[in-house]
Amino acid sequence: MITPVLTLLFGVDIRYAIGATLVSVIATSSGAASAYVTEGFSNIRIGMFLEIATTLGAITGALLAAKIPTSAIGVIFGLVLICSAFFSSGPKPETRENASTDALAERLKLNSSYPTAHGWQPYRVQRVKTGFGAMFGAGALSGLLGIGSGALKVLAMDHAMRIPFKVSTSTSNFMIGVTAAASAGVYLNRGYIDPVLAMPVMLGVSAGSLWGARHLAGTKTRVLRIVFAVVVGVLGLEMIYGGLSGKI
Amino acid sequence: MDRAIGVVLRVGVMAAASVVLGGGVWYLARFGMLVPNYRAFHGEPEGLRSVAGIWKGVVAMQPRSVIQLGLLLLIATPIARVALSVFAFAAQRDRTYVAITLVVLAILIGSLTGVVAPPR
Repeated sequence: MITPVLTLLFGVDIRYAIGATLVSVIATSSGAASAYVTEGFSNIRIGMFLEIATTLGAITGALLAAKIPTSAIGVIFGLVLICSAFFSSGPKPETRENASTDALAERLKLNSSYPTAHGWQPYRVQRVKTGFGAMFGAGALSGLLGIGSGALKVLAMDHAMRIPFKVSTSTSNFMIGVTAAASAGVYLNRGYIDPVLAMPVMLGVSAGSLWGARHLAGTKTRVLRIVFAVVVGVLGLEMIYGGLSGKI
Repeated sequence: MDRAIGVVLRVGVMAAASVVLGGGVWYLARFGMLVPNYRAFHGEPEGLRSVAGIWKGVVAMQPRSVIQLGLLLLIATPIARVALSVFAFAAQRDRTYVAITLVVLAILIGSLTGVVAPPR
């Protein structure tokens, strides 16, 4: 969201924009995770195990970013924005009862339970290998574009691994910061992170995430989500246009 | 343990933001009249690309290096969280997860120190 605004509105080179945004992703994730970590939804084992995949993916993506022309990055960015606009406006899938289990999930002790209105609800994790592979992809996209790719992480945990939605959203939030830190190291060493550009972005986002984590928990989000989806969709189209016309 | 991790995350973000803010005010006070140009990509100078370089700049009282130090603190925050988890799993005598967490920690440190992508 920040990268397209910086590149389209302010004409910042996409590499500087990605560097500044990546840093702000860490601020958002850490700020928000500090509030969610005690709620009991996030599964630290699932998160940590999948972080092997996301961090390796993130480094791969960050290394790729140096090789791919910026116009191609712009087009990929646009496509990802349009996809996320589509997903964020759609209805959230309901969690299902899970009967069978994955041997790997058993061995890695990924199965757990989470608090609901009717007490603790146990869940079983499915298709661990598929989820692990998808997480590598999510990490690579995050490293390539400097985004959190939380939506993709949730998708992998929700659809492939059949993890309840509340657990997958809070666990993914907890993974985003670690994933972003992995690619941020590469970006820093490559000289993509400019202090003067990152400063206002980082300060705004940190203040917002520390404040928002405490105050926005109960807000009605339906209208917000629709507006957000439209804005993101338009930005996505602009990014693709910018990439194809060689402006990015 | 969860509470300790929550505290580390919050303190990390706040400390990073304070250092960035301090460095930012200092930078603007000294160079605020300069109009930066980010249209063309040049890459950051050597001194802003590595942990050692940034530290040298801070010691030499460079405001840009101070901001970069704050960003470094922010990048270090999730890394500190992973490091804390190593102890959390060790306290539970969960060897598998101590190993998994150490792998993640090694990847993160390798990336930040430039082992993965050496500064050019």
